[in-house]
Amino acid sequence: MPENFAVAFVMGVGTIGPAIGIGLLVSKALEAIGRNPEAAGKIQTNMILGMAFAEAIAIYALVVALILKFV
Amino acid sequence: MAAGLHISISAEPIANIGGLVVTNSIFTSLIVSTIIICLALIVKLKSKETSRPKGLQNVFEWIIESLEGLVTSVTNNRKKTKDFFPFIATFFLFIAFNNLFGLLPGMGTIGFIETPEGIRHAQLAPSQQNLETAKAQAAEINHNDSNNNAGEETHVTVDGEIVKEVNRHAENALEHNKENADHGAKFVPYFRAGTADLNTTLALGIISIVLTQYFGLKHLGLSYLKKYFNFSNPIMFFVGILELISEFAKIISFAFRLFGNVFAGEVLLAVISFLVGIILPMPFYGLEIFVGFIQALVFAMLSLVFFNMATQSHDNH
Repeated sequence: MPENFAVAFVMGVGTIGPAIGIGLLVSKALEAIGRNPEAAGKIQTNMILGMAFAEAIAIYALVVALILKFV
Repeated sequence: MAAGLHISISAEPIANIGGLVVTNSIFTSLIVSTIIICLALIVKLKSKETSRPKGLQNVFEWIIESLEGLVTSVTNNRKKTKDFFPFIATFFLFIAFNNLFGLLPGMGTIGFIETPEGIRHAQLAPSQQNLETAKAQAAEINHNDSNNNAGEETHVTVDGEIVKEVNRHAENALEHNKENADHGAKFVPYFRAGTADLNTTLALGIISIVLTQYFGLKHLGLSYLKKYFNFSNPIMFFVGILELISEFAKIISFAFRLFGNVFAGEVLLAVISFLVGIILPMPFYGLEIFVGFIQALVFAMLSLVFFNMATQSHDNH
């Protein structure tokens, strides 16, 4: 049971940062698209790339959680 | 966790050739490499000098051109582009093909069941069988005891035959699963996406970082090492140590990012298809195709940026 708690805790705490990061990224990107709709394609590509980096932090937490759960 | 769900964080050995253990992820990445090499050879042999390429040549010219455009947009330098492009393109193609190959039907669901008595080939994963359908099929299909030659029969080309075979395998596997529940029977899939194995991604990360050092030394000469070993003042010395550590952190970061994304996708698909067999997993497959591409792009892009950073002299700015 403490193992399950650890898994839930890792995921819960580990996803706070990336969630805020992705939120900021998307909000700024949408702002930029609103100001300059012609650059939407380029902004979108870079936004997705940045999101993948922010998401990677959550993935690290997920890897730790999976290792705790299955190994 | 549900008892029937088959999730393994590491790749499992499927064969042993002269002491060399072949795991299912190595097997799959060899298949992917073969496919890529064959495609490249076919395109090379069939391509002609023309201003209007058609078919396969057109597709490959488009891929190569867009990748070259990506590299050029970062380096802004013809010579560097020529240096970096082969590696960046290889990273992208290998990772993208591997990620997408791992989403094909049969990956992680077809394998063999290892029991103390022996190995049964061409079985379905225990978690992939619905009990009700297996029972219904068991009522329809006569009980023929050809369990042992199952390995050869999956190659039958007629659709109905395959379905029948698969059904029988499902039924057999289910029966055997019940029988062997307390004998320690173990299911091992034949295929596993190459990038869903930490060894593959770690190898790719190490290759990328070693190449970074290589390009740094090639373009800047020995002055590249000033980045790590700088005795001009104590602060720069300390920064050099941090730079050295950050190179190792980059390897770990590369490896875990790719492995985590692909493996998490596999777990997600396994769990979703375990909960609801049809319709519901479809959007997740779409998501995984997208993630597979994005991660390949991220790996290639990040390697490219590191290569480019290593070739820029620090004295200039």
